[in-house]
Amino acid sequence: MRRFKMVFMLLTGALVFPAMLFAQTPVKGGTLTWGRGGDSVTLDLAQATDGESIKAGIQVLENLVMFRKDSMDVEPQLATSWEVSKDGLVWTFKLRKGVKFHDGTPFNANAVKVSFDRVIDKTHPFHKYGTWRFPALGLGPVKEVKIIDDYTVTLRTEKPFAPLVANLALWLCPILSPTAIEKFKEDIGRNPVGTGPFKFVRWIKDDQIILERNEDYWGQKPHLDKVILKSIPEVSARFMALQTGAVDIADDLDPDSIQMAKTNPNFKVIERPSVNVGYLAMNTKKPILSNKLVRQAIAHAIDKDTIVKTIFRGLAIPAKSPYPPSIWGYNYKIVDYDFSVQKAKDLLAKAGYPKGFDIELWAMPVSRAYMPEPVKTAELIQSYLAAVGINAKIIRHEWGVYLDKTSKGEHDLCMLGWLGGNADPDNFLYGLLHSDNTKPPAANIAFWQHAEFDKLVKDAQSVFEKAKRSEGYLRAQEIFREEAPWVALVHSTIVRVHNKKLRDVPLRPNGLNSFQMVWKEK
Amino acid sequence: MARFISRRLFHLIFILIGVSVLVFLMVRLIPGDPAHLLVGEFASPEDVSRIREKLGLDQSYPYQYYIYVKNLLKGDMGRSIRSNVPVSQEIFVRFLATVELSIAAMIISSCIGILAGVISSARQFSTFDYVSMVMALVGISMPIFWLGLMLMYLFSVKLGLLPLMGRFTMGLDYHSMTGLVLLDGLLTGDFQLFLNALKHLVLPAFTLSTIPMAIIARMTRSSMLEVLSKDYIRTARAKGLSQGAVIFKHALKNAFLPIITVIGLNFGLLLGGAVLTETIFSWPGLGRYVVDSLMARDYPAVQGCILFFSVIMVMVNLVVDILYFYLDPRLRIDGKG
Repeated sequence: MRRFKMVFMLLTGALVFPAMLFAQTPVKGGTLTWGRGGDSVTLDLAQATDGESIKAGIQVLENLVMFRKDSMDVEPQLATSWEVSKDGLVWTFKLRKGVKFHDGTPFNANAVKVSFDRVIDKTHPFHKYGTWRFPALGLGPVKEVKIIDDYTVTLRTEKPFAPLVANLALWLCPILSPTAIEKFKEDIGRNPVGTGPFKFVRWIKDDQIILERNEDYWGQKPHLDKVILKSIPEVSARFMALQTGAVDIADDLDPDSIQMAKTNPNFKVIERPSVNVGYLAMNTKKPILSNKLVRQAIAHAIDKDTIVKTIFRGLAIPAKSPYPPSIWGYNYKIVDYDFSVQKAKDLLAKAGYPKGFDIELWAMPVSRAYMPEPVKTAELIQSYLAAVGINAKIIRHEWGVYLDKTSKGEHDLCMLGWLGGNADPDNFLYGLLHSDNTKPPAANIAFWQHAEFDKLVKDAQSVFEKAKRSEGYLRAQEIFREEAPWVALVHSTIVRVHNKKLRDVPLRPNGLNSFQMVWKEK
Repeated sequence: MARFISRRLFHLIFILIGVSVLVFLMVRLIPGDPAHLLVGEFASPEDVSRIREKLGLDQSYPYQYYIYVKNLLKGDMGRSIRSNVPVSQEIFVRFLATVELSIAAMIISSCIGILAGVISSARQFSTFDYVSMVMALVGISMPIFWLGLMLMYLFSVKLGLLPLMGRFTMGLDYHSMTGLVLLDGLLTGDFQLFLNALKHLVLPAFTLSTIPMAIIARMTRSSMLEVLSKDYIRTARAKGLSQGAVIFKHALKNAFLPIITVIGLNFGLLLGGAVLTETIFSWPGLGRYVVDSLMARDYPAVQGCILFFSVIMVMVNLVVDILYFYLDPRLRIDGKG
């Protein structure tokens, strides 16, 4: 009996104790300090192109729809529901009632119309107040915004465009207070007024941005009193700031600091797959590279595992498709080109180059998450190519020149990458590989044209059912594998290092992280 | 005197015209398209050409320059391509942070540098002389980056004596009046704020002061040695004046001209922003801004900053020249003549 009692107690203990550990009730209050590499450029996210602007702005501004916390599917935010007309051209959004902007202006259909029209309508009085950088990614496909009643708006597109709702979840489509847009004019980026869980308080340029809890938030009110985003440009200084407790989160640490943080019991390190790809584009307009066998040979010659291990210190996965497995419609069945010097040599011989050839390999001059050490990576690729007889000369240009020249197709092989913010396959396949985008300045810098691939991708744009769209994308990836316009190199892993006292810290693959639910232990 | 100053200010106009043409051409001749850099690798071709048009970059250079100068004459330096904020505003807030840091660094470097130079010259070939001149050499050659990080690690992480970075405690509810935190503390009688800012200033100011300190120390020493060998010093000593009186009253005063020049020149340079120190200590100054703007080919911002630096440099030189008038009676007589 006694033994039974003990077993019972142990069992209940084993069940209850972890539950107690994990189910702590969030504590209200506290200030979160967030150390990051640079300052934001603007907090009017419709004009933002940099991650630092998005980090801060996403706390203040909200969209009609947003990505779910746990997946890249879209859920309602300021819209409560939506539907698309049978011809796929008109999207009707029902809006949330009783929501107020931080300046007290009520949220309604007019706010949506003003926020969107200023971006897409060149004749709109507020259009001149901004530099709208990425309409193609955001509101570009929308031709008209119409108010049906106070809480219903419709968006009309020229062609059926299924990814639109994912576009609307991007940072580029925020809803701002129309009163504030009119009041601040071109300075709205320094005085953002949205409906988000945090209100903008102050911005000291190159130093800090201070946000505070929105007590009138329509959804669950945030736990934190304040969020301070502090610019600490030097990476060692940023890690020291975390060590001394000056900041609770330190972004963009180097791999050595991340290793140190992993062994420190005071810190927590979270890792997530990103929605990016780093690739080596092969300019198919160049005679040698127009030969499929050559491209396949190059794909066999490169050892992606070693790139992941040495350049990324393991914080990436080798890529075999243009987009990562964290995005829907990923073709798991594809077998990647294995690393084999022999197969590469055989293919080169078959293509008529048994002794190899000379070629230019363009290395990016800046580091990105998908390519943290571009020059070292280029040197590694150079050595792999040398092993199969291809003599690659590394070419470097300044970043602006690099983007300009590659978009005109002056390169042979070049390295680049992509972050698919809206987590839609179309973003990768149409944007980077469709023949529509081979006209200089081109985004398809392999200048690859394939009729079947083009048709599949274009058709999928006007299919609204995810499962059906997937079919086209699965086949398109097979063609990509066979034709090898790129060597898809890696999908990087994103890492967040923070103080253990912080709880429920989000880390979404596309960087759109609201701190609404974050709380801090006393 | 007034004529001298007005003449110098008149020269300033020509300097500014020259600088504006030079900078305008230079930023455009270095390769790299700002429109492309602005939107990066994630932009569609249409987006790039639309931005180029919006920024007026599709116009001819002469026309772009005409627009630039026309706006400049109205006091408008244009808006930053990156942030869409008036360049003058961007410069002003950061400049005050730089001023605070530069003044602190110059005070430290001048006090220690002059003192070390004077003692070295008074005790030429002594141990102090050797040690301080070797230190000066180290000071000039030491990488600022390394020194800053080491000081941070020692005083902030290990000893916890001084704050790690920034101008004042993060999130402090403080609204600047003058833009200089120390001055605000003094003016409002807020001793806490003053102390807070002072503590934050120590490490970056010291780091920034090392190079000018070394230069000033070496210049003081050599200038003093020259003066100390003059006849009037021998006369002063022969009169039976004390060593202190000879050194400070007779020698230093006469040795001061080259020292003032060096101090002025270095101060002018510091006011242009100290990229490394500002980066290490997260100091929101002008140096970082210029480099970031240049990297992004933010034409209006770079043009504005360089023009601003030219004015600062001319002004600092003017102040140095005016100081000459007071320090050297000979110049005063010449000036009148």
